[in-house]
Amino acid sequence: MRELCDLTGAELSAKLAAGEVSAVEILDSSLARIDATEGDVHAFLTPTPELARERAEELDAYRSTGAPLSPVAGIPTAIKDVLATNGVRTTCGSRILEGYVPPYDATSWARLSGAGAVLVGKTNCDEFAMGSSNENSAFGPVHNPWDATRVPGGSSGGSAAAVAAGEAVWGLGTDTGGSVRQPASLSGVVGLKPTYGLISRYGLIAFASSLDTVGTLTRSVRDAATLLSVLGGKDPKDATSLDGEAQDYTEGLDGGIAGLRIGVIAEASGEGIEEGVRVAVGAAVDRLAALGAEVGEAHLPHAEYALSAYYLIAPSECSSNLARYDGVRYGSRAGGDHADSIEMMFATREEGFGPEVKRRIMLGTYALSAGYYEAYYGQAQKIRTLIIRDYDAAFERFDLLVSPTSPTTAFPIGAKVDDPMAMYLNDIFTIPANLSGMPAISVPCGVDDAGLPVGLQLTAPVLDERTLLQAASALEGDLRLELRPPLIAA
Amino acid sequence: MPVDIDIDHVARLARIALTDEEKTELKAQLGVILEHAAKVGEVAADDVPPTAYAIPRSNVLRDDVPEPSLPVDEALRNVPDREGDEVRVPRVTEVAS
Repeated sequence: MRELCDLTGAELSAKLAAGEVSAVEILDSSLARIDATEGDVHAFLTPTPELARERAEELDAYRSTGAPLSPVAGIPTAIKDVLATNGVRTTCGSRILEGYVPPYDATSWARLSGAGAVLVGKTNCDEFAMGSSNENSAFGPVHNPWDATRVPGGSSGGSAAAVAAGEAVWGLGTDTGGSVRQPASLSGVVGLKPTYGLISRYGLIAFASSLDTVGTLTRSVRDAATLLSVLGGKDPKDATSLDGEAQDYTEGLDGGIAGLRIGVIAEASGEGIEEGVRVAVGAAVDRLAALGAEVGEAHLPHAEYALSAYYLIAPSECSSNLARYDGVRYGSRAGGDHADSIEMMFATREEGFGPEVKRRIMLGTYALSAGYYEAYYGQAQKIRTLIIRDYDAAFERFDLLVSPTSPTTAFPIGAKVDDPMAMYLNDIFTIPANLSGMPAISVPCGVDDAGLPVGLQLTAPVLDERTLLQAASALEGDLRLELRPPLIAA
Repeated sequence: MPVDIDIDHVARLARIALTDEEKTELKAQLGVILEHAAKVGEVAADDVPPTAYAIPRSNVLRDDVPEPSLPVDEALRNVPDREGDEVRVPRVTEVAS
């Protein structure tokens, strides 16, 4: 049976405004779902039911005065544990921040919170957002609500799984190389990575600063547009945030796609794509054409170098950003007697970081070290330029580009943990939008033979979220998929 | 061919006290990852400018107006070893030999 927590944010907001339900009733539905499914899913690291109840009660009191509500008010929200929440433990899925309680809110959460969103908990993720399966969390993996023996994708797997299972109505994630879109694809929800700098990174605990982007996980494209309308806009606390006020991205959402020029990325149609993914994405592209889009073939000649460039740039930035975990000002410190602070730092980092984080710090340290910098990091930055030029050229011919979000559907837990290169290949189609800063969205477009969801990715030029969301909404409206994971279908 | 890296040197630069087992595993894994990453070198890009940020911005300054900052107690809330308003750490000076 569909409960309140299975509705979209837009549906719930309308019911709240009409006085049909209270914020407390919505929250109760979400908390009951967490009780029923969390043992199987493990989407949350820190649930916040008491805080959520206080907030929902406040909101109901405020609502009874007849005051107008934001469309995000009263909606149960999951926040990835790399976004700082004032007074609520924020671990980044890492032992080194196991007890860290931020004294401030990330701007993204502050904006939602200020508009009345209800935090139901901080979600599990790959340690410091490094991973594509959620298996790199120091606190145990998240299980996919579609099949608990499989991964939900990563690194925002907790938020994706929570939204898929109805534990939250929507959630925030972060996307450095696909960490919102890939779990959205594997978990059957909508994942939006906006233009770099459109949503403030203040309070997003840094992994790779030139690529890190806050994004949304929702059960409808409209909800993604609603969240972006609240989240977007200049933040003086983030020097890389773009100028301009927040816009209403729900305006014109139903405009359709007649006449839009959509390019199928040829380099993302070849080897390594599972048959089920190829079939579902192909059928969806046919629907885009049937809806009036002009579909053609687009080329990104340097796309084949994107993964290599990414696995030099992101670890390099990571090795620099994570130098701050030194056991001095915050985070854990290794116990025992240390001869000096340097020795303490060595021991703290050995003890506090998990295998993937160490791997990337080491990789980045090497790529930036004397004698190797030009050949690796320097060259990767040049490739980044060439990839951006490829996109610019493609967008002269097309309004949007389309590809699978991920080459596979959800894979079994444990299947790729011993082979870092195989794991990195998960992000082959999502990484280019991070390197180029362009907005991209993953929309469910069907299921494979095993009944696992498949996502289609649309990419737009910088700051053209409006066209991106409009096309995603048109596809969603046409496909009318009833996506309900078996876990909650009973 | 996998890239051969001086794992002890890199671990020292990264300030991580890796175990011997970790060093052996990482040396092998990083060698393979770097072999793949070295693909970036196949592209002739001498005349291509590097990109650090896809959407570059520079000299982003705010007006020089004082704003409230975190109270000291809040700012020190997460310090692992604290003494009053100070952070206690192991010795930082070198011993003369």
